[in-house]
Amino acid sequence: MSTRRLEMIGAWVLGLLWVMPLAYAIWTAFHGSAYATHFSLTAPLTLINFPHAWDAAPFARYFLNTMILVAVVLVAQFALCTPAAYAFARMEFRGRDTVFAIVLLQLMVAPDVLLVANYRTMAQMGVVDTIGAIALPYLGSAFGIFLLRQTFRQVPQELDDAARLEGSSLLGRIWRVYVPLARPTYLAYGLVAVSYHWNNFLWPLVITNSVSTRPLTVGLSVFASTDQGIDWTIITAATLMTSGPLLLAFLLFQRQFVASFMRAGIR
Amino acid sequence: MLTRRTLLAASAVVAAPTIVRAQTTKAITLYYPIAVGGPLAAIIDGYCKDFATASGITVTPVYAGSYVETVAKAVTAIKAGEGPHIAVVGATEIHALVDMDILVSLNEMGLDAEGQKWVDGFYPAFMANSRKNDKTWSVPFQRSTAIGYYNKTAFAEAGLDPEKFPTTWDGLVEAGKKLVKADASGRTTRWGFKLAADVGNAQWTFGALANQAGHVLMNQAGTEVYFNAPKAIEALNFWRALAYDHKITPQGVTNWGTLPSDLLEGNSAIIQSTTGNLTNLRDKASFPLGVAGLAGKEGVRTVVGGGNLYFFKHASEAERKASMAFARFLSTPERAADWCMRTGYIATRPDAWETPALKAYVEKFPAANVARSYLPVATGEISTFENQRVQLALTNNIQACLSGAKTPAQAMEDAQSEADRILKPFKKA
Amino acid sequence: MRGDALKAWALILPSLVMLVAFTHWPAVATLWDSLYSTPRGSRPGIFVGADNYLDLLDDPVFFTALRNNAYYALVTIPASVLLSLVMALSVNAKFPGRALVRMAYFTPTILPMIAVANIWLFFFTPDYGLFDQIMGGLGFGRHNWLGDSATALPAMMLVAVWKEAGFFMIFYLAALQSMPPDLAEVARIEGSSRWNFFRRVTWPLLMPTTLFVCVNAVINAFRLIDHIVVMTRGGPNNATNLLLYHIYETGFRFWDTAAAATMTVALLAILGALAALQFGVLGRRTHYR
Repeated sequence: MSTRRLEMIGAWVLGLLWVMPLAYAIWTAFHGSAYATHFSLTAPLTLINFPHAWDAAPFARYFLNTMILVAVVLVAQFALCTPAAYAFARMEFRGRDTVFAIVLLQLMVAPDVLLVANYRTMAQMGVVDTIGAIALPYLGSAFGIFLLRQTFRQVPQELDDAARLEGSSLLGRIWRVYVPLARPTYLAYGLVAVSYHWNNFLWPLVITNSVSTRPLTVGLSVFASTDQGIDWTIITAATLMTSGPLLLAFLLFQRQFVASFMRAGIR
Repeated sequence: MLTRRTLLAASAVVAAPTIVRAQTTKAITLYYPIAVGGPLAAIIDGYCKDFATASGITVTPVYAGSYVETVAKAVTAIKAGEGPHIAVVGATEIHALVDMDILVSLNEMGLDAEGQKWVDGFYPAFMANSRKNDKTWSVPFQRSTAIGYYNKTAFAEAGLDPEKFPTTWDGLVEAGKKLVKADASGRTTRWGFKLAADVGNAQWTFGALANQAGHVLMNQAGTEVYFNAPKAIEALNFWRALAYDHKITPQGVTNWGTLPSDLLEGNSAIIQSTTGNLTNLRDKASFPLGVAGLAGKEGVRTVVGGGNLYFFKHASEAERKASMAFARFLSTPERAADWCMRTGYIATRPDAWETPALKAYVEKFPAANVARSYLPVATGEISTFENQRVQLALTNNIQACLSGAKTPAQAMEDAQSEADRILKPFKKA
Repeated sequence: MRGDALKAWALILPSLVMLVAFTHWPAVATLWDSLYSTPRGSRPGIFVGADNYLDLLDDPVFFTALRNNAYYALVTIPASVLLSLVMALSVNAKFPGRALVRMAYFTPTILPMIAVANIWLFFFTPDYGLFDQIMGGLGFGRHNWLGDSATALPAMMLVAVWKEAGFFMIFYLAALQSMPPDLAEVARIEGSSRWNFFRRVTWPLLMPTTLFVCVNAVINAFRLIDHIVVMTRGGPNNATNLLLYHIYETGFRFWDTAAAATMTVALLAILGALAALQFGVLGRRTHYR
């Protein structure tokens, strides 16, 4: 019993350590700047930092950019990965294993590493400083293909055959048989993708120049780097405002997320 | 089927550039090295709006963050065939930018007699970084010098005269020792003096120190540096001694970003920062804020800093005209004065200081005049070909010295040989 | 069957085009670029053969970054994988406040690194930063965490582990929850110790997750440099300079594309070797079919 208690205390301590940045952000965002570095229970609460931060940068625009970016990436990845995964899972053709191996190479070589070459490609295409350019390198996803292939292989072949007898086309079968059965995988993969692109920084930093394309992360970094030094009250308020929706979604759907991971191939 | 439809939709979204770069000759883009939406951005936005009303030309400012970030962005974008028509980037970038062949000089854009008079109306100290190959490539705008900010209450508490800031290194060390405060366990609770040594700032801090020792770090052509000269080593030695011998500044690297809060928190009695911080610190300080020129080995010496307005080659004839008009609009005496009062950056022209508004302001807030009064004893910031690289070589070695890994002589020797290696291709002429 | 093959290719093609255009082709182009000099102003790049590689051997910063990155990877990968497993195991058991602890573990996944880095910057600020306040309260001296070459990289590692372990925990937690609970029940009845049960049953079943997490951990150790950009920019004296940061700096601050390409090739080689290693060692013990 005592080891259990010890483990519980351990979990609590770890949890405390992990929540520290968020706790600090909440503390600082709701107090005046005099309390950004002093912690006193009697410190007066204030909401003033939020309007200040909101006025201090076009966060609404950044927010919109990030939403568009994440939506484009997610939709395109699903649309591109699903047919490819099906082909790798259920179709026989010459060179399949070789091509699959080539696809999997991307698992190891994240596009972020190739930012110099990719920047040049974007410049040649004339799409520098567009949201499309932020998304492009990530639209093909080896991870997505791999994950969906694993899931599709577990779909009973009989279902596929039955649909075929009913006269379903190839795409029809993928859409009506495979996609619904792979829903947890989509959810789990979607979560990973959203978290990745919501937080992605280096590539968007390189490829965007203007307010109308910058995602939140780049906006936050520009916001924080000034000649006049760091103002933590404003930065934490901005952080909370911008991660608020994701935070809320996570809290609300925590159980579903974990459950979907369970049922998905990711384990 | 739906898959195909989504696919098409997705590719359409990706293919269509999300922002349409509609550019008539009535619109130019300006890159600006400040944080978006800060108080400074609001001021620049205002100027752009005023300019649009006055001239019908829209200036779209793009706020790109730090100086380093802004020049990186501007050059990268221009190399990709896009980018701003004008930009405020570090005054020191001139050699590197001219070398890249992306600038257009004011001479080439055409300067009539009146235009020449306008160019000649800036402080010569600020124009030092504007001329190269007998041409003028930029005009000063967001200009500053390094100055000292100090806590007058702390001075009084330490038995120093709050109105008398030390003017020599010896005096600074002496004052610093009195200002340092420790708690019962011997832990320092207040430092005497803090200066920034992080990447992007160490070379500027050091520029002031070198000038304080009476040394110039590079030649006018930007092809040679003099890091291993005895006086440069002396300057670094002094910086190191502040931490290791006199113990009035912390050992290791101090961050630029936290200097203002160091002062405001009472963690340091004096900080070395830009004049551009004047308004910010004045508004936030809970103690009487002192502003003074930096102590030198023998007398007050400092370094200029900040950004100039550059004009880029890829702009069309009409865009160049518009850019020039905007530059002149920004540096009318009234606007230069307004900029100075609202930020603390130095109005770049003597005639701005003659405006009634600025005169009245200086009367009321004499600190605003401190930076300007030290212009005659200010040196140019280090500026060479491959500027970023050379600055980083210097910064790395300063950091190595401050964290105890290298002696000042060793650090400056290494910085010299690294810079020599970088500058070798440019030396021939 | 010919028609089937055609259909299969049609299904794969969109993905393949994207992957090749933005991963495989740039990788090859980078290799090509590394054989040319950097075009400057009006001077175009010329073929220089292995010159860039020889220059790279002369670049002390490259080797510093390489060493830092190796050290960084060796610490952050095992630490974050191990911690994530411990965290997942801990919140898989029932105890009061579990939901809160779970939420705490989730925070790194939600808060953008770029925002959190500024908060960590405060934690590491000397004298009045959070860590120094705590250390001071415990009677220890001050420390300039980010300003001292000896502690700057470990500080960066701490931030990375915080970020990574929180993320990987989710995968382990999902894997643990999908294990049949009767297994543990049987083990308990048989009187097998918890450690034995973990070693014999849980750990082997977690192998695919471990492989997945490891692959990600390896890539991230070389890919994730957001906190470096915000907090130290490689300083002090390159103590926190990592390979990708050095590439970014060289490519987008110095515009020396040839040197950046050469270093990218080196990084790709490292990633490739590590990938082969992982699939060789871990892959054999995992069943992906």
